[in-house]
Amino acid sequence: MIRYLASRFAGMAVVMLIVAILVFVITRLAPGDPAAVMLGEQATAADIAKLRATYGLDQPLPLQFAYWVKELAHGNLGQSIFLQRPVTQALAERAEPTFFLTLFSLAIAVLIGVPCGIAAAVWRGKAVDQAFSAFAMLGASIPSFWLGLILMELFAVSLGWFPVAGYGDPGVPLSNRLHHLILPSIVLGVVNSALILRFTRASMLDVLGEDHIRTARAKGMSESRVVLHHALRNALIPVITVAGLTFALLIGGAIVTETVFGLPGVGNLVVSAVLRRDYPVIQGALLVIAALYVLINLAIDLLYLAIDPRVKY
Amino acid sequence: MATLAPIAATMPSRGPTAILLRKLFGRKVVLVGGVVLVAMALAALAAPWITPYDPMALKVLDRLQSPRAAHWFGTDELGRDVFSRVVFGARYSLMIGACVVVVSVMAGVLLGLFAGFFRRLDAPIMRVVDAMMSFPDILLAIALVAALGASMTNVIIALSIVYTPRVARVVRASALVVRELLFIEAARALGVSTSRILFIHVLQNIASPILVQATFIFAFAILAEAGLSFLGVGVPPAFPTWGTMIAASQQYAHRAIWLPLFPGVAIVLAALSLQMVGDSLRDLLDPKLRKTL
Repeated sequence: MIRYLASRFAGMAVVMLIVAILVFVITRLAPGDPAAVMLGEQATAADIAKLRATYGLDQPLPLQFAYWVKELAHGNLGQSIFLQRPVTQALAERAEPTFFLTLFSLAIAVLIGVPCGIAAAVWRGKAVDQAFSAFAMLGASIPSFWLGLILMELFAVSLGWFPVAGYGDPGVPLSNRLHHLILPSIVLGVVNSALILRFTRASMLDVLGEDHIRTARAKGMSESRVVLHHALRNALIPVITVAGLTFALLIGGAIVTETVFGLPGVGNLVVSAVLRRDYPVIQGALLVIAALYVLINLAIDLLYLAIDPRVKY
Repeated sequence: MATLAPIAATMPSRGPTAILLRKLFGRKVVLVGGVVLVAMALAALAAPWITPYDPMALKVLDRLQSPRAAHWFGTDELGRDVFSRVVFGARYSLMIGACVVVVSVMAGVLLGLFAGFFRRLDAPIMRVVDAMMSFPDILLAIALVAALGASMTNVIIALSIVYTPRVARVVRASALVVRELLFIEAARALGVSTSRILFIHVLQNIASPILVQATFIFAFAILAEAGLSFLGVGVPPAFPTWGTMIAASQQYAHRAIWLPLFPGVAIVLAALSLQMVGDSLRDLLDPKLRKTL
């Protein structure tokens, strides 16, 4: 177990180092002088030279990378050019709506995907199965921003059931702020339930064909107990993997959904940073989100241990 | 739909590809998806002849008209015909999707084959692939377009970079299996060159999973392009892609719901049809899924 964990952490460190190199290379891909691009056309040569010196852009690239990694090791993601504050602070300030949006969407996706997937597997080939499978395929084909826009027009603008956009002031109670997240979470959750539904169905079908299920049925066990107690527990492992993958998809989906609903989250921060060419923010956000994804993958592997006693590392 | 059944029946009776195609087109889902895709592609190609108006022609007096006989899908905030723009949009959106598929499949096949066939290259290539797959697709695409600059070519480059690792993973996994097969050993013993083994013998045997992946990437690329354009970091608004149309409609959606509705339906139809074909293809090719689905 300890050896497994050590090897996983070592692998993770290698992937994160490559991620850091990729992030560094991507932000240096921009044609021309990044300082001139960041400051815009009005900037004087002196301003550009000053910014280049401030951000170490006048140093050779390997040195710039080494300096950046050294700062990263100290938890310093750099300084936002536009917001005039540390990137870590900017990310932390925007984390709340993104965190809750992702969490609620995942909960909705699981609550739709798992029961529908079980039902589709139990009634395989029947109308229920076909309807849920069609829903899953449709879900994977709908752009979340478009669904958000249409539902916002319908439920927020026309019917007035939900707030149209925004997240409320930081001073208002949390429940008030979370009220703004209901519609975005439904949009993101419904669209992303497709993958979970399909995996639950496939996984349940695999397990329902196994010998121990036949034995349980032969013993006269009720069908609901067979499905929920014996099959579901075994079918959960691939579903957890997919739930983890969905979490990563949701972070991506949140970037676009936050823009539709005007939520001041990390996604909105990234999009604004791209439009303003605020490279330290883009770098920082890319790195933090990739690190989160790698950590989630590790957490999923460890969760296997708790769920399936057959899995040993 | 029924009229297409004889096409499947007239296909050559031998060979695994022919059997696969016959089984594939025997499925209603594939027929429906295929017909929608072909219709969209034809409409895109014939756009100048089948659209009633110039998609760029401004007619401010006719602005924000709801769908009616003269304008099937209504008009936008500048009085442009939405139907004509949606049909012309198919040109851009499908072309971007197709280009992304071609570039990412070529690059992914190359990387995957090298990783799967040359043990020394496996770890370095796959670690980079793992690292690239640690970013949500849309985030990596946004960052790449931000760095490269917003243009149609750069959107294609960015999305191709985003989807190359997916292809590389699938190709590597398949190549690992194929390289151990006897006929590869036999080809080597006969003195066949490594490049011929790789690009003729191995590639021929792993074409099916690549094809499945290509259909999904086509769908993802259409969705991602729309997302990028919607965020204002993709194709410049001057090009009427489905994504730029939805982005431009945001301000007017409360008064003219048809503005985001029709381009959105076009995206859903294109992505859904591609997934229907890709899904059926995967089911047919995967013996495990064939058993359970």
